[in-house]
Amino acid sequence: MEILVCIKRVPDTSENEIQIEGAGTDIARDDLVYSVNEPDNYAVEEALQIVGRTGGSVTVVTVGGEEDEEVLRREMAMGATRGVLISDDSFQGSDGRGIAAILKAFVQRGHYDLILTGVQADGGCAQVGGMLAALLDYPFASLVTSIEVLEGRKLKIGREIEGGGKEINAIDLPCVLSIQTGINEPRYVGMRGIRQIASVPIPTLGAAELGVETELVGAIAAKVKRTGYFVPAAGKGAEMLAGSREEVVEKLMDLLKAKGGLN
Amino acid sequence: MQESIDSIAGAWFWLIRGRDLFLFLHLLGLACFGYIVTRRLTPLLRAQRDFRFDRPLARLGKVLQFWLAQWRHPRYRFAGTIHILIFAGFLLLASRAFAVLAMGISDRFAGESGGLYSAIRDYASTVVFLCMAIAIVRRLAFAPARYGRRSADAIFLLALIAILMAADGAFEGSLAAFHARQGGAAMLLPPLSLPWLFKAVFASATLMALVNLHLGAYLTHEVTFFFLLCYRPFGIQFHVETSLFAIYFSKLDRGTVKPVRWGVADEQLDAVPSFGVKKIEDFTWKHLLDFYSCADCGRCADHCPANAAGRPLSPRALSIKTRDYLFRHYPVFGASTDGMPLAGGLYSEDELWSCTTCGACEAECPLLVEYIDKIVDLRRGLVDDGKAPQALHKPLKSLESRGNPFGKMEKKRADWAQGAVRILNGGGSADTLYFVDSITSYDDRIQSIGRATARILASLGENFGILGAKERDSGHDVRRFGEEMLFQALRDHNAENIRASGVRRIVTADPHAYNALKHDYKDMPRVEHVSQAIARAVSTGQIRLNAVENGVFTYHDPCYLGRHNGIYDDPREVLDAIPGLHRVEMPRCRDRSFCCGGGGLALFYEAKEEQRMGVLRVRMAADAGASVVVTACPFCMVNIEDAIKVAGLEGQMTAIDLAELVDRQMVVGHASACPV
Repeated sequence: MEILVCIKRVPDTSENEIQIEGAGTDIARDDLVYSVNEPDNYAVEEALQIVGRTGGSVTVVTVGGEEDEEVLRREMAMGATRGVLISDDSFQGSDGRGIAAILKAFVQRGHYDLILTGVQADGGCAQVGGMLAALLDYPFASLVTSIEVLEGRKLKIGREIEGGGKEINAIDLPCVLSIQTGINEPRYVGMRGIRQIASVPIPTLGAAELGVETELVGAIAAKVKRTGYFVPAAGKGAEMLAGSREEVVEKLMDLLKAKGGLN
Repeated sequence: MQESIDSIAGAWFWLIRGRDLFLFLHLLGLACFGYIVTRRLTPLLRAQRDFRFDRPLARLGKVLQFWLAQWRHPRYRFAGTIHILIFAGFLLLASRAFAVLAMGISDRFAGESGGLYSAIRDYASTVVFLCMAIAIVRRLAFAPARYGRRSADAIFLLALIAILMAADGAFEGSLAAFHARQGGAAMLLPPLSLPWLFKAVFASATLMALVNLHLGAYLTHEVTFFFLLCYRPFGIQFHVETSLFAIYFSKLDRGTVKPVRWGVADEQLDAVPSFGVKKIEDFTWKHLLDFYSCADCGRCADHCPANAAGRPLSPRALSIKTRDYLFRHYPVFGASTDGMPLAGGLYSEDELWSCTTCGACEAECPLLVEYIDKIVDLRRGLVDDGKAPQALHKPLKSLESRGNPFGKMEKKRADWAQGAVRILNGGGSADTLYFVDSITSYDDRIQSIGRATARILASLGENFGILGAKERDSGHDVRRFGEEMLFQALRDHNAENIRASGVRRIVTADPHAYNALKHDYKDMPRVEHVSQAIARAVSTGQIRLNAVENGVFTYHDPCYLGRHNGIYDDPREVLDAIPGLHRVEMPRCRDRSFCCGGGGLALFYEAKEEQRMGVLRVRMAADAGASVVVTACPFCMVNIEDAIKVAGLEGQMTAIDLAELVDRQMVVGHASACPV
């Protein structure tokens, strides 16, 4: 099976103290460290496991700049067959639809049976996967937590649903799936793997080579624009429990039950 | 058979002359032994290289101490004493064994023995026989838990040795009885020795019967000897042959970790196709020799804190199952029958991550079997295959991008010092570098150890500073968790900055950093743990300490200060210099200290266990009557403070770092102003 995984380089919240920059339209980015968007990493692992069972190859692609090569290399060190960087000045400021349009052009240049994205990235929009499927007119499923390859170009997929349950669907290939974390246990990528892949050239494709519909990309075409950021003020919801250890534990249990934290 | 008794070589055994029979049996026995040993050596020849041919004098010293003098055996008084007696008996009986074997093919070795050596060897064989009897009874009736359940093989082997001793005694005793019956010159046998007993038992036998007993005893001795020789390489008694080599080639450098591949420089590691141990031949030949040498005595597992906490790890089981795997994979007869993968097959992954590298097993093993290097090598294999535990992915990634496992910003690395400690900017601006390391830099609780250390160094008038944002994690436990390339990146970064700082000495309060700087880094300035500096200052009177009034103190030896680096006395001397301080020792102290749960990445790894090691440790402190646990390691502090809470000892017991205690008790105004 030929699998494409769309990935994104994002600031890692566990390693950064995210602060809003002066103008209030972005976060301060000068001292950030980046990594692969976590759900994307699970998507790549899932792709590698599927290919391990059924054969084929895994391509990872990202839309961005030179600095984004780092995440392609990390996923290649993980085992992805090839990485492709899509980069063009005209892509600056694209909204979700713009990114989906760019990826659509890339997908149409190849022959992919399955396209995976992470369920969402740092922006929390969770839209590129769905839009990409719509633009390609492919079936789409979100929040996927298990994939089984069936006969006759079909997949059996599990999806997370409200309340912790899971539903099972059959879906035709080719399709787009957005992958939820926890679907697998991604393998560790060590320094050694990254060093070994460090000098492998990564092809870069621009708008012209891909034949991107230019009217959909870039800041001008964007129909969703970020206008501001703010950090909500800390509320007064905290309640300190007092009493002996046993009493505190009992009160906490009651509260958890009352708020639905325990079933 | 006939009535001449003095010649074995000339005697008839049924239709065969003794000379021919025993020449044949000797050659057959030796050929079998040679073949078996050759087969056993085959995997060693296919294993990885290991440089163990250097420093012959140091190695000879090890042989004298640990082999000849049986140094570690008295650590288990009863079993150790029995072993020393058996070992000494074997040494004394070696020449006798050869002489007896030679009698079978030539009369030149026969004849009267007598004299001092013969009395000594008669008693030696008697003592060995008694030891075998005691050992068998002990295994049957009073076996310690550490032996596990595989007693049958051990008892069989013990019985064979007992038979060997008895056969020799009967051989000698029947001869003496024969001569006595003939009325010839009486053979003097040492009273109460085996031959003496046999002589007494045989006293009423006919001459014919005595000849038959004599020849029968010889034949029994011959068959038992060669059977034992050829059977030993199939089990724990192979250590009789291998121990001398295992100890000669044992590891000489404490605290170090073996390189990925011996003979491959760090710069060439990118060309190495596979890291660590993934298949049995990836072990070094010495490590395979270790598996053969393990005597299954269980002392390692008896002291392994992971084993005590119910983690799925026992050093003894690791050795024995690997030995059995080796036997199946390289069998003496027939084709290899084992293709099981090592990690995930022979060993569970949890088993390999359960080790804290505390070194208790290695401190205990009488045969100097190594465990840490093997486990690190197996972990390297797992990491190379992407199988690092999930819980470690984030800390490892953070170490790569931020230089600490917590994902904290580099620029905040010196925040603990609150601006009061100089940050070194190269060019020989200070004599001494205080290497802080990650946990002391970033952990709210542990930062207090950092501030105490800085105040102590200042009060000693040290011209010191820290690297600040340029310091990265020492990588000590990154290396021991198998992520060698990440360790090397951290090491190279730190080494470069330390050299650039121009300091002549490094001080740290973190034994893991201390061990890394001392053993894992190359060409560093002299490294000291702060307890050494304090002990010196206390002994010269540079630091004076106020009295403590309350509490019973006990000192918990951190593994990487004590066992791995031999610093046991300095911290104790400091404690004992505090007036009024009442100090007790836990039974598990010094080189038998019990690991509190491990440092570095071990803090992030959630092992499957029944009980926390730290909880076991604080209970030991409570049993010793202590109300204050003093330690000298930031990771010990984290583990022990947690354990005090988990064990429900809050309010009854506290933990304090040696540096914190000294900082608290220092006579103020005695030295220069405090910077923090």
